[in-house]
Amino acid sequence: MTLCADVTVARGALTVELDVEVADGEVLAVLGPNGAGKSTLLRVLAGLLLPDGGRVAVGRAGGEHDVWDDVAAGVHVPAHERRLGMVFQDHLLFPHLSVADNVAFGLRTRGVRKAPARAAARDWLARVGLAELGDRRPGQLSGGQAQRAALARALVGEPALLLLDEPLSALDARTRLTVRAELRRHLAEYAGSTVLVTHDPVDALALAGRVVVVEEGRVVQAGTPADVSRHPRTDYVARLVGLALLPGTGDGPVVRLDGGGAVAVAEETAGPVFVAVRPESVALYLDPPHGSPRNVWPARLVSATPHGSTVRCELDGEVPLVADVTATAVAELGLTPGTPVWAAVKASEVAVYAR
Amino acid sequence: MRRPGGSGVPLPLLVPAAIGTLFLVLPLLGLVVRAPWSDLGARLAEPGVGQALRLSLLSATLATTASLVLGVPIAWVLARTRTRGRSVLRALVTVPLVLPPVVGGVALFLVLGRQGIVGRWLFETTGVTIPFTTLAVVIAETFVAMPFLVISVEGALRAADARFEDAAATLGADRWTTFRRVTLPLVAPGIAAGAVLCWARALGEFGATITFAGNFPGTTQTMPLAVYLALQSDPEAAIVLSLVLLVVSLATLLLLRDRWLTRSGAAA
Amino acid sequence: MSRRVRLALSVAAVLALTACGGTSAGDAASSASSAAASSAASSSGEDLTGTLTVFAAASLTDVFTDLGDRLEADHPGLDVQFNFAGSSQLATQLTQGAPADVFASANEAQMEVVTDAGLQAADPTVFTENVLEIAVPKGNPAHVTGLADFADPDLTLAVCAPDVPCGAAAQEVFQAAGIDAQPDTQEEDVKAALTKVQLGEVDAALVYATDVQAASGDVEGIEFPEAEQAVNQYPICTLEAAPNPDAAQAFVDLVDSDEGQQALEDAGFRAPTS
Repeated sequence: MTLCADVTVARGALTVELDVEVADGEVLAVLGPNGAGKSTLLRVLAGLLLPDGGRVAVGRAGGEHDVWDDVAAGVHVPAHERRLGMVFQDHLLFPHLSVADNVAFGLRTRGVRKAPARAAARDWLARVGLAELGDRRPGQLSGGQAQRAALARALVGEPALLLLDEPLSALDARTRLTVRAELRRHLAEYAGSTVLVTHDPVDALALAGRVVVVEEGRVVQAGTPADVSRHPRTDYVARLVGLALLPGTGDGPVVRLDGGGAVAVAEETAGPVFVAVRPESVALYLDPPHGSPRNVWPARLVSATPHGSTVRCELDGEVPLVADVTATAVAELGLTPGTPVWAAVKASEVAVYAR
Repeated sequence: MRRPGGSGVPLPLLVPAAIGTLFLVLPLLGLVVRAPWSDLGARLAEPGVGQALRLSLLSATLATTASLVLGVPIAWVLARTRTRGRSVLRALVTVPLVLPPVVGGVALFLVLGRQGIVGRWLFETTGVTIPFTTLAVVIAETFVAMPFLVISVEGALRAADARFEDAAATLGADRWTTFRRVTLPLVAPGIAAGAVLCWARALGEFGATITFAGNFPGTTQTMPLAVYLALQSDPEAAIVLSLVLLVVSLATLLLLRDRWLTRSGAAA
Repeated sequence: MSRRVRLALSVAAVLALTACGGTSAGDAASSASSAAASSAASSSGEDLTGTLTVFAAASLTDVFTDLGDRLEADHPGLDVQFNFAGSSQLATQLTQGAPADVFASANEAQMEVVTDAGLQAADPTVFTENVLEIAVPKGNPAHVTGLADFADPDLTLAVCAPDVPCGAAAQEVFQAAGIDAQPDTQEEDVKAALTKVQLGEVDAALVYATDVQAASGDVEGIEFPEAEQAVNQYPICTLEAAPNPDAAQAFVDLVDSDEGQQALEDAGFRAPTS
């Protein structure tokens, strides 16, 4: 049940041109900033939006394909005739139906009789841990419960394609953690293709086997989550995964940065390269440090934001960097925005790869 | 000290609200004061009163039903489609709101009358004529009252989140199923409000009815017609009839509010 | 829909709701007050000036407007204002204190309402008469010949409601002729009955001769002898509280003059027989 989609959609000034393929059982995360065209892609796949060009096809068990959209051939299968399930950002459970009726809705519209539809709904509610709540109205559920119910509603018909539109972004931080873990488990069991749209790299890294990064309607990078996070190809991806990404030119053990300055690296390179520095590799000092670190730059603290157990410090200077330091260190150094600091990074902690 | 989020109404709102309420209620009070209370019972027992009241309630209810059947789909087309002629359609639908009802009645003659565009054909092929029948009353009331329903329901549809309809589509529901099982229940409170407005307008309809349906006791004489004619000869009888119409419509609306509006409101 | 459009629509809705009532008497009150303001200008022996306010039955609209114009032409300083409405409405307005100089009623009953309240300056006099006539659409497609056809249930027939003068008169002639009338509608006034004849929606209606005359292009009139049983006599009088009594008398005199009587006759009225 492979999904093959290569579509063009004009959305005002933005032209979305995306080409994605998702194998059976695979989860593809479409990662990108707001307005990049991620949701547009999802709406096209769902059949809610007519593409201006291209083709969408879903494989069948026999190896053949069901064509859902083929603009050149004038083919468009409407949303309700596509075997898919979709989970929306704010669950969109029908407020006038009970949770169980919500889950059974897709089965009923596809002709399943009342009793078996109810039974299947109960079964799925149990699988997502809501066995007791089937008779409630969606308004009586917590955010996490509602999103679980929405997942059950999308999956109950065993669709060929599962579309997840920012499924965790409306949840608070703690709920997101648990729902994400459950979602991961359900996705692992799901046999069809999944497309997950998100602007949160953690979702993408945690849930997807493959990531495409979309910016301004185009795929700017594709690969495994590890690959993308280790070797970001655009500033956006780098910042997203927490890396400072510095373009430069390799010159033996040193990379001369395009923005000025140089970085000592552990391996010798030549030609255009990216230098990536992980925030936890950056140490901050009030006075120039002496000793092993081979890269030391003067900088000024722009902002300090608590980030889990550490504080993420954004630095401005010849070499713009991001540093993750402990809260204790922030207090001891008396760091406030505007403080002049020295940033130090060991050469062995700097990643360098060809552009 | 004012309590935070307290119920104090700001003066610039309170004063006009109070004046407005008086303005609406005083004429009503006038009717009550001028009513011939001493022989009210005898007047109410007159056969014509019950007859006109029954006809009014029946025709207003039928007109509301017709408006629901025809008007809700119009509202859906206005709110959910991107047809090019949509704004023209909206303007056309609201024409009966600005048209003097008497003119509306004449216009109905020109279409459905014995000499009308459609009515002539109907008369020549089947011998059926619409004017001066109870059906004509229902048609006249529907013509005048349906725009109120259409406008309320269109507003409700626009306010309702259309993404629920997207969700329904991804769950295999075609547009008709989506309309029945998702859209309609979602906007039920708006439809109920529109239906009440429509019913009230139909109940008070006078101009189009007396023009197109004429006035004959038992067939086409609704309460407003009876009131108007009583006013020509016996103003006290007119007051009694007005009060009956008022009491019955207020009672109906209050009852509906309790039984129906609040229930569908709670579901949303 | 934008908020502004929605607001406009709801305003339109309110307007439509308020516009559905009967005729308004607002004009009468405002013109009457201007009459009061300028009444001091007129005095006997001099040319008539100021404003003259005449309350007259709706059936007199055309003739009286014409006579008013003639009076204004003779007296350039005079402004004649009319309030045409149903006689009962006018009588109610007068008893409620509406200021007017002249009242012309379409029947004696409503004049009595005014005289019972002692509002008249002089005793009313009958200045013209109107009789019922059968109005049929042009060409008389249903071949109506006389009053007896009103008993035919297969015809679509209109009469006035018994509550209004033309309806009361219709009842009288039916009773006198011993006819069990089978009307399909009892119209709220004679004009409404006539409109339905003009539209061809009824086969015949019982209206006044003057109405047939006014609509002579569209309808045909059929006279019938039983009409003599319900002759409508039009009384007129000046009013005690008249702000402009001289002009009021001048208007009544004009109506009674040969000139006035001829105008009435041209409109389908006939001279008083008694």
